Amino acid sequence: MSDEKTMVEGFEAPISLHYTFAAGHAISKFLRSMKEGKIVGQRSPATGKVIVPPRGSCPESGKPTTEEVELGDTGTVITFTVVHIPIPNNPVKPPFIVANICLDGADQTFIHLVSDCNNDDVKIGTRVKAVWKDKAEWDYSMDNIKYFKPLDEAPVDIEKLKASRLKEVGKYRHA
Amino acid sequence: MSREDDVLRAEFDLEFTYTRSTGPVIGRFYTDLRDGKLCGIKASDGRVLCPPQEYDPVTAEDLSEFVSLPDTGVVTVWNWVKQPRAKHPLQKAFAWALIKIDGADTPMLHAVDAGSESAMKPGMKVKVRWAKERKGAITDIACFEPA
Repeated sequence: MSDEKTMVEGFEAPISLHYTFAAGHAISKFLRSMKEGKIVGQRSPATGKVIVPPRGSCPESGKPTTEEVELGDTGTVITFTVVHIPIPNNPVKPPFIVANICLDGADQTFIHLVSDCNNDDVKIGTRVKAVWKDKAEWDYSMDNIKYFKPLDEAPVDIEKLKASRLKEVGKYRHA
Repeated sequence: MSREDDVLRAEFDLEFTYTRSTGPVIGRFYTDLRDGKLCGIKASDGRVLCPPQEYDPVTAEDLSEFVSLPDTGVVTVWNWVKQPRAKHPLQKAFAWALIKIDGADTPMLHAVDAGSESAMKPGMKVKVRWAKERKGAITDIACFEPA
């Protein structure tokens, strides 16, 4: 008879899906630039907005994007979360910040870490700059940027940022 | 060089590390497997269900009357697998079969290591091949083999 203390109460049922991920033409180009330490987005001919990482088409109009725009590695935290639960097999230890970052000159956010700071100091509108890995380690990867580090600058009002970008991109609409 | 060749590709594993809770009925079944035993559960119409189910298939009442069963049974139907996949229980040709454990009235799905497809027969007697290391999971039954 089974001892109640040793009764089976659960079992491990991991689900593992193995993929070969094809990056597509736009992301392949983007990652080749990343390997050289450059962040290159694409401008939509319909909206004038700069999309980074580029997808090869404008998310609003569906029109193909071909014009490339090289961007710097500074940007603004648009939104963020503090993660308190460790990710299995991930070297980053909680609590850490995952943020939606909009690079200067871009009109779309991407997700990256914000680190090397006091987590409590990070706000919506915090200005950040990329901290890169050693050049020898650069690969076809967004991970060439280790994380973004807050700049010693005043936070930005993101509603004003959005308004000024909308005004700016209007100049580039030609479709 | 075609445009296709410009596309970067990478191997990528997406994994969900689930642990599923068993509840009292499947928990008991797995506990018995870990101890090298099989059990079923008695339904309202007197049938013995193996693997045991939590609820009666006719009345939907909770079930709790466990019945000890031997580790032998009979194949009802099967499907021969010529080329096993990486996660299959056997890494050679085998059968997925519905096996009615002796003393049970419902069949369970498991693998049969019969050696060849021609060895598979309806009504063939089979016996559990227990896993070397048992930990309270369906994989404690490595497979069934002809008895």
